[in-house]
Amino acid sequence: MSTNNTEHIEEHEPHNGFGNYFVIWLTLIALTALTVGVAGFDLGMYTIVVALLIASVKAMMVINVFMHVKYDDALMKAVIAACASVLIIILIFLGTDVLG
Amino acid sequence: MSTLEHASEHHHDNSAAHGYGDNNELYVHEFRDDYGSKLGMWFFLFTEVLLFGGLFVAYFFFRVNSPEGFQNAAAHLDIMPGAINTVILLTSSLTMAYAIVSIQRGKKVLSNWYLGATIAFGFWFLINKYFEWSHKIHLDLYPGSERILNEMPDGEGVFFTLYYMMTGLHTLHVIVGMIVIAFIMVSVSTENINKNRYIKMENAGLYWHLVDLIWIFLFPLFYLLH
Repeated sequence: MSTNNTEHIEEHEPHNGFGNYFVIWLTLIALTALTVGVAGFDLGMYTIVVALLIASVKAMMVINVFMHVKYDDALMKAVIAACASVLIIILIFLGTDVLG
Repeated sequence: MSTLEHASEHHHDNSAAHGYGDNNELYVHEFRDDYGSKLGMWFFLFTEVLLFGGLFVAYFFFRVNSPEGFQNAAAHLDIMPGAINTVILLTSSLTMAYAIVSIQRGKKVLSNWYLGATIAFGFWFLINKYFEWSHKIHLDLYPGSERILNEMPDGEGVFFTLYYMMTGLHTLHVIVGMIVIAFIMVSVSTENINKNRYIKMENAGLYWHLVDLIWIFLFPLFYLLH
């Protein structure tokens, strides 16, 4: 029984090394620079759309790579998707109420 | 082996048991369910997302109602401190990820150095936040201040209330994250967390990344509204 634990760990060999994380970090910094740069232009009502789009791309990178969700199994992914869906549903209902 | 099978394998044994193995050496079987632990952490993060989610909903509601007030109020925020704090948090997420890679490779001391760096970045974030808030309060920009009540009738006050509330709650999470990581560092040095069992560090990492994640949305919504 005692060896089972180590076997289990070995199945979960790390998917990411120092290099991989560094590339993701560099991209996140670049996207931060981009979103600050874009904020200098007046895009009217698209300003917030562009800003949230860039934020969402950054969020997906953090969730998938730093938080390892990309390598998680279907159940874990489903829990996380459910969590995100609840928030999005709330925002959509609010949107129809406020904007409509 | 699927994770579910692995989880059920441990269900019969809820506490540490011990006995003698084939060669008569003492073995200890310890209950352990890394998968369940991680799933539980995600359920907790779910509640955190909803906690902040409610505030984001409030933000969008009030922003739609008073777009001009929000624009005017946001002009009082400086992009630079916000951008610097974004870079600090992103970098702290990197050192957190590095700490986990280090412990997976059995490099205990290196792992603790990365955890220490993560706490240091958190501390740097707090210092910036302190100066930023002090400056705002010095300019008489805080909920219920004379300046907001008398000169800003178009919902600027709501913007600043949300600003203090949301970045304040976020800062509270940074502080909690730093304390949690400090405990993780102690566990690493006592080898309670080691090469073969580091789920606690992974869960602390998830929490820290969530704090980073929330800031990724706070930053454009408050600082880039000019």
